[in-house]
Amino acid sequence: MIPVKINHLSFSRNSHVVFNDVNISIDPGKVTAIMGPSGTGKTTLLRLIGAQLRPDAGQILVGDQDIHRLSQKELYLARRKMGMLFQNAALFTNLSVFENVAFPLREHTQLSESMIRRIVLMKLQAVGLRGARDLMPSELSGGMSRRVALARAIALDPQLIMYDEPFTGQDPISMAVLVKLIKDLNTILGITSVIVSHDVPETSSISDYIYLISDGKVAGKGSPAEVSVDSSPEVKQFMHGLPDGVVPFHYPAKDYREDILS
Amino acid sequence: MARSANITWEREQSCLRLMGDWLCTTLGKLPATLDKLSFPRHTSFMVDASSIEKLDTAGAWMMHRYFSQLKAFNYSFEVQGLNPTHQLLLDRIEAQSSHIRVPEHPQSPPLLPFIGREFVQKVLHFLEFHSFIGLALATFKQWFKPKNIQWNSILKMIEETGCKALPIIGLLSFLIGIVLAYQMGLQLRDYSANAYIVDFSGLAILREFGPLITAIIVAGRTGSAFTAQIGIMKINEEIDALRTFGLSPVERLVLPRIFGLLVAIPLLTVWADAFGIMGCMFMANHMLDISYMDFLKRFQEVVPLKTYTLGLIKTPVFAVLIAQVGCFQGFQVAYSADSVGSQTTRSVVQSIFLIIITDAFFSVLYSWQGL
Repeated sequence: MIPVKINHLSFSRNSHVVFNDVNISIDPGKVTAIMGPSGTGKTTLLRLIGAQLRPDAGQILVGDQDIHRLSQKELYLARRKMGMLFQNAALFTNLSVFENVAFPLREHTQLSESMIRRIVLMKLQAVGLRGARDLMPSELSGGMSRRVALARAIALDPQLIMYDEPFTGQDPISMAVLVKLIKDLNTILGITSVIVSHDVPETSSISDYIYLISDGKVAGKGSPAEVSVDSSPEVKQFMHGLPDGVVPFHYPAKDYREDILS
Repeated sequence: MARSANITWEREQSCLRLMGDWLCTTLGKLPATLDKLSFPRHTSFMVDASSIEKLDTAGAWMMHRYFSQLKAFNYSFEVQGLNPTHQLLLDRIEAQSSHIRVPEHPQSPPLLPFIGREFVQKVLHFLEFHSFIGLALATFKQWFKPKNIQWNSILKMIEETGCKALPIIGLLSFLIGIVLAYQMGLQLRDYSANAYIVDFSGLAILREFGPLITAIIVAGRTGSAFTAQIGIMKINEEIDALRTFGLSPVERLVLPRIFGLLVAIPLLTVWADAFGIMGCMFMANHMLDISYMDFLKRFQEVVPLKTYTLGLIKTPVFAVLIAQVGCFQGFQVAYSADSVGSQTTRSVVQSIFLIIITDAFFSVLYSWQGL
């Protein structure tokens, strides 16, 4: 199982600084949560780890490879060891559930058809959707598509899996199912898991370590118990969901009175 | 029912009468009325506001501004009959008036910087397009090993872009042939040069209309589909998903489309040529009394094979252009539905533009080579 180390990462987009000298260390075989208010660049961080974006400064080590210094070919090889669950599932809409899960196997292995069938059914069984194998993505509910996407992400038995907002927009039952699945996959297979989320109770319940990002910096870190009693104002506001605080309720704007009357 | 705001000058009583509802929605033409209003200078008069039924901030602001103007011109007047609540609002506006700034009329941006910015944007866009072509070429290297070639995808593209386009392209080419033969026939009949319809239609259809019409229909039908498909896949994060599986989206999505069109467009052009000529034959038979057999016999004699090949040589270039522009615009889609629409439009406009430029370029090249 591979660790991820982020050293002195800086990244900006159109002169807006997203990350400023961020250090994060993700231990192998553990569940690490990266939390923060919307718009703090959590998804951007996952894209940086997957080398879909390049940092302005700093490095990201996946295992012992600097992911941004790899050649195109090495990068594609490295990405096969990473699974990723996208915010809106990102299933291939022209393929059935079965074919979606089989896709990475067909692409990267020379397994026989009967072998692929067995592996796909095992993965679908793990997420409880073996019976839905013939449905098309358009026939699935939001929670089901996310579970199929999870089965697809683990099809090649990755060593690192990244979850982008896995709990957003789920009903309480699907949410509980996903929480259980993520925890089980981690404990049974020992996959290094990174969860990007802003759902505090669910994420805290399954993560071993939490990083809280705010304003381009790591605002707080520690085990869920430590973070929940952290006294720094940013961490406190986020963990307890206070509407106004260090993170202001209002997006920066000029004086209200002046704006209305001008 | 709200009444519109009005103001009148009553000469006998030296009285300015304000009437109606002074509301944001009913002020309407009041500013124009105020401008036209005229009364003797340097008189003292009365303002009767008792007929105002409703007043809101906008009305009070309008009233305040008019009164200030009157004061600035040294008129002396007295306001009477204003409802106490309305008076309160007017006083409030007066108290705040120093804070209120009327925004300046927005000026239209100067032309020169606008042209400059557009130009720079177009150049950048052009460069990006070039780097995309480069990326496709670099990715093509992986297909040197035959086992990497995506035969399934290519065949599917040929079916989608080629087979399914046969009816529409056949029909349109046939109609173009008819139109063309009709127009030429009118002229040729005057000179009794009926037989030359064969020479002209052979040249026009095989060299220009067949390839051009095919390319333009495919650009509208398939180029737009490419942009929309790839754009939606991008919004749906399917492209990111491909990347995380360690697969190159260019190899998976762009190359099959290029090669599919490379096969489909030349074949469709042959099809279009045949139907175009049939259209000409049909019209020649009806209008100029040239039988189908005579037409075909003369066709063999006067239309050289070169005409046909010179037309076909252009088609692979059109194919690459349409596929590249369609896919490039698809990847340019940003994360919104609006963007899919605008990029699809752009894709079709740019492909057709490039097709016509390339066609003109080939004409220049052929004439230069004396073909």
